Amino acid sequence: MGLRSRLRLLGDRLMLGACALALLIALVPLASILFKVVVQGAPALSWTFLTSLPRPPDETSGGFANAIVGTVLVVGLTALIGVPLGVGAGVYLAEYGDGLFGRTVRFLAEVLAGLPSIVAGIVGYSLVVVTTGHFSALAGGVALTFLFVPMTAITTQEALKMVPRTTREASLALGLGQASTAMRVALPSALGGVLTGIMLSVARVAGETAPLLFTAFNNSFWPTGPGQPTATLPVQIFVYAISPFESWRQQAWGGALMLLLLVLITNVAGRLFWARRRRFMQGH
Amino acid sequence: METQPAPTTAKVRAEDLKVFFGSKQALLGVSLDIPNRQVTAIIGPSGCGKSTLVRAMNRMHDLVPGASVQGRILLDGVDIYGPQINPVLLRQRVGMVFQRPNPFPTMSISENIAFAPRRHGVRDRDVLKELVRDALERAALWEEVAERLDAPATSLSGGQQQRLCIARALAVRPEVLLMDEPCSALDPIATTRIEDLIHTLKRDYTIVIVTHNMQQAARVSDRTAFMLMGELIEVDATNRIFTSPSDHRTEDYITGKFG
Repeated sequence: MGLRSRLRLLGDRLMLGACALALLIALVPLASILFKVVVQGAPALSWTFLTSLPRPPDETSGGFANAIVGTVLVVGLTALIGVPLGVGAGVYLAEYGDGLFGRTVRFLAEVLAGLPSIVAGIVGYSLVVVTTGHFSALAGGVALTFLFVPMTAITTQEALKMVPRTTREASLALGLGQASTAMRVALPSALGGVLTGIMLSVARVAGETAPLLFTAFNNSFWPTGPGQPTATLPVQIFVYAISPFESWRQQAWGGALMLLLLVLITNVAGRLFWARRRRFMQGH
Repeated sequence: METQPAPTTAKVRAEDLKVFFGSKQALLGVSLDIPNRQVTAIIGPSGCGKSTLVRAMNRMHDLVPGASVQGRILLDGVDIYGPQINPVLLRQRVGMVFQRPNPFPTMSISENIAFAPRRHGVRDRDVLKELVRDALERAALWEEVAERLDAPATSLSGGQQQRLCIARALAVRPEVLLMDEPCSALDPIATTRIEDLIHTLKRDYTIVIVTHNMQQAARVSDRTAFMLMGELIEVDATNRIFTSPSDHRTEDYITGKFG
């Protein structure tokens, strides 16, 4: 083997090694966060923690139950408003978005996807809290929607772009309009990517704290509806983590682990659903 | 020798058809008659504009950004690019089968066929069932799939998928069937089945088939059009094109001097 090929081989290996090293270094913080949350949070997780309302710090029987329900409520409201809007906008961008209007909307969606979450909070505050005169789960849901919609729209658009042109042409050639083709052929074919996008958006907003501080606010009791101030996991974690009480800080770790588990459960559920459809699409 | 099929009744007529993609001209003014209930083959080397020509016949270029069409295409004497023509309704009369089988991946075999008729307003379950069966029988696929109509369309073999796509097109009850190299992704056995099918279908439909394969054109078509670099060089009865073409370029192509 000539010197040149030897050098090339060496360079190849060096680059591969460098990439592997970079990957390893990038994974260290992620792994250590997960490790820390599990180690610190697992002892706090108990039946009481999952089913009880918060208690004063000197009592051991308190829990995060209302915050868990509250997060499901607030994120549920966000998804309820945000999925139709985000997916609808994504379909528009993918199927009709070649004009000036579409290009403008796409640009704005990309800018909005990087919106600082505190700004979304202010918008939710002025839209709902100021109008209705009080904090509520709905205000939190609306604030999170401003983060949710642009992300979902962009991922939906990307997923639809992956649908082969030939699939769309098949539908058009059968005398179906562009709208039917988009909604009944392209969207179902892109469902996997669309679902993944929704899951990612849910995961992102479920962990948001700043916009909820002054929209959903907080509550020590069970949520009774979307119109009441509502405890959520991130806000509860925030309050407990900065408290001077060891028992509360312990519970904050439990809340963090719970939040991770909620996101994980949503993701796994979505993927299981998608796996069944994908098997069908692959002919099984 | 067959009697020469004369284009007495042109189902489709292209008149000085020009197609542009941006500033690039793909068709340089093509005039061609497609006789009713016959098979017309369009042959020619890659990039000669054969696909562009058939795709103009059901206005598939409408949705390609930058594509524009000049000239006329008459379907039963009416210009399909005329102002009162709805391209969506036009495509129900002029169906299309594509190069690669493209069944809807999320749908079962029967859903693939029932999809368009249902969108066009057929709601009765029994009618739809009958429609599915009829389309599959016409496409010579019924016996192979009768027992598994609810299986995913993607579970079929390539040749079966292509016949499913033909059945799907027939279920809309088109008058004209455009086939854009329908066998180019299939093995020889599947190809034979599709060719047999074309022979049966021409009793009821006007068929235009684009093909790379000259033997295929000779086997299935009544008339053959030869295209080169965006121009129609000649069109005639298939046996004449393959035995005594009038243009030397046609002869060069079919004898394999280029292609």
